[in-house]
Amino acid sequence: MTLLITNAKPYGEQAVDILVEDGVITEIGTDLVSDDAGVDTEVLDAGGHVLLPGLVDLHVHLREPGGEESETIETGVHAAALGGFTAVFAMPNTDPVQDTAVVVEHVRRRGAEIGLCDVHPVGAVTVGRKGTQLAELGTMANSGAQVRMFSDDGSCVNDPLIMRRALEYASALDVVIAQHAEDHRLTEGAQAHEGAVAARLGLAGWPATAEETIVFRDCALAREAGADLHVCHVSSVHTVAVLRNAKAQGIRVTAEVTPHHLLLTDGRLTGYDPVNKVNPPLRTGTDTQAMREALAEGVIDVVATDHAPHAAQYKDAEWAAARPGMLGLQTALSVVVHTMVEPGLLDWRGVARVLSEKPAEIGRLPDQGRPIAVGEPGTFCLVDPDAQWTVRGAGLASKAANTPYEGMRLPGAVVATVLRGRVTARDGKVAV
Amino acid sequence: MKHLLSVADLDAATATGLLDTASRLKETLLGREVRKLPTLRGRTVVTLFYEDSTRTRVSFEIAGKWMSADTINISAKGSSVSKGESLRDTSLTVSAMGADCVIMRHPASGAAHRVAGWQDKDAAVTGTHTSVINAGDGTHEHPTQALLDAATLRDELGAIAGRRIGIVGDVLHSRVARSNVLLLSTLGAEVVLVAPPTLLPTGVAEWPCRVSHSLDAELPALDAVMMLRVQAERMHGGFFPSAREYAIAYGLNENRLALLPEGAPVLHPGPMVRGMEIAPAVADSSNAKVLAQVRNGVHVRMAVLYHLLAGAPE
Repeated sequence: MTLLITNAKPYGEQAVDILVEDGVITEIGTDLVSDDAGVDTEVLDAGGHVLLPGLVDLHVHLREPGGEESETIETGVHAAALGGFTAVFAMPNTDPVQDTAVVVEHVRRRGAEIGLCDVHPVGAVTVGRKGTQLAELGTMANSGAQVRMFSDDGSCVNDPLIMRRALEYASALDVVIAQHAEDHRLTEGAQAHEGAVAARLGLAGWPATAEETIVFRDCALAREAGADLHVCHVSSVHTVAVLRNAKAQGIRVTAEVTPHHLLLTDGRLTGYDPVNKVNPPLRTGTDTQAMREALAEGVIDVVATDHAPHAAQYKDAEWAAARPGMLGLQTALSVVVHTMVEPGLLDWRGVARVLSEKPAEIGRLPDQGRPIAVGEPGTFCLVDPDAQWTVRGAGLASKAANTPYEGMRLPGAVVATVLRGRVTARDGKVAV
Repeated sequence: MKHLLSVADLDAATATGLLDTASRLKETLLGREVRKLPTLRGRTVVTLFYEDSTRTRVSFEIAGKWMSADTINISAKGSSVSKGESLRDTSLTVSAMGADCVIMRHPASGAAHRVAGWQDKDAAVTGTHTSVINAGDGTHEHPTQALLDAATLRDELGAIAGRRIGIVGDVLHSRVARSNVLLLSTLGAEVVLVAPPTLLPTGVAEWPCRVSHSLDAELPALDAVMMLRVQAERMHGGFFPSAREYAIAYGLNENRLALLPEGAPVLHPGPMVRGMEIAPAVADSSNAKVLAQVRNGVHVRMAVLYHLLAGAPE
């Protein structure tokens, strides 16, 4: 199988033609013609758009098994392909929980059957994500699912002793522990960022210190364990300071920020529409600004969506009863263009770094996030940087429609996605 | 006025208009044997309460009945709510049955806003409008309580603008405090919140009021003081060490009453915890206006129903 991509600008630079044979880039040049053109060659006219390595998302909720009314692996993967993603990490808060080899292998297999995007199940750190007993990390790591990231996401591994043991144990397996940093004692009943907006709306506060203190603690534990720690969805300016300090000490910590924490603030909570309810909560403009600067600087390593579909009945409720989470896969790139590229905080090399190269490195994926060069995988995301589009939840591929960007006009559109030489999405349609 | 969800939606003129209507209704009914006005005959008012409440629900019910509205009470217990029906479905069911007004109390902040949003969406389809009155949503607001407090303060002080009002106690968990801070400042009063830091929300600095931790220092310069209920169980959340220490530092006792200007009114939204935030002797003193508040509550709620259902008299 051969794919010829013409007139593409890798990282927004010089336009080239790229030949991909059997999933691997075999030639890069100008005016390339496939040897067997017309027989088994697909031609993708890139129209002078920006070519990036396929995007990698370290944090999605595909809801299957157990939450199929909100999303299935299939609908989630469609959203991923349309969003430019070629690999996603599926969080374990499923039912049953992804805490055994059987469940993670099922998720990996379903992803492979659909084939549009690599699906890597994240294993739970503790049995049932209950925080008390380590799950079989080694068995999951060595299973057919080849689990490389573990997290109790949705819940924090709150017990410091369990977290210490998890990090120590993981250090021998070449896997990373991804922490949902939230001291649950400090967030009992919490509904919104603790600050002026929550005070006015009478919503119990989720203090930023609940994130900051866990990250501080975990960095110290990771240092002593010599383990890799990944911090999920950083949301507070104070956490950035902790991360900067830890990295300066050489602690092996990486961190992600979500598109919504780059763009949205708690000012949106007026009116109590739970589409804006998410955990960690939307914070202030000071925080979004700090997220952007930290991402540009590399203190925060990657953007991960925390794509969290919820069927209408879970959002069409009073604030306290509604479930936290928002869609992210199909809007992530546009939000990054809006918040990072347009203000000049990141160039396209930088976008490739935070949405593809670094996440692939953290997730230990050898064939994702690779340079666009001969001999490398033919895995890409093609972006029209000048396109503008209006977000409509009903038009997104996810089963649920809970996008916080409804009606918003965003810049940058994914034109095509290519996974190992196969076009998985093109012009807003999934290749089936 | 379409709904009454938050005091923030009331400007000074609208709020004053409601208070004026309330006092006119009070005068009209004064000394009457038959306390019934025909204004809302044929209108249906439903109280939909998801929390236990006696005084607010009964006050609204009496207000409706004195205006000749048909009043129906739905308590969340024993209704389809306990079968797991969503707030949306329950509220739309009530309006589909013909309720002109739904008076809501709910433990979730913002619940009345949500219901009003669903009602408006439904009204766009059916053409029949249902008003929503927030009778207390979580720790957010309780607008009619603030209105009845303002009515009482106006009776006692002659005016609200330029007066200094202290609000003392568990501000953090109090919807009464939120509504009162907004309404009293809108009406031109100077508001002072007095509480330990643990019972004040982070972000209170942006409210239109001043904050103090010393009741003794504030009392001499207050024109009126409003005591908030403090639940003794809060000590288990670490909000204060003990009921005893709270009462010593923030309770209004006889010695503190003497610090207030003579005759300064003492308000309490009830139910009072005697011995905690207010000493029995103070609660029973001539300064205490608790029952006047309750009386005003009926007239204020009549005024709100009148403005919402019969159209505001300009």
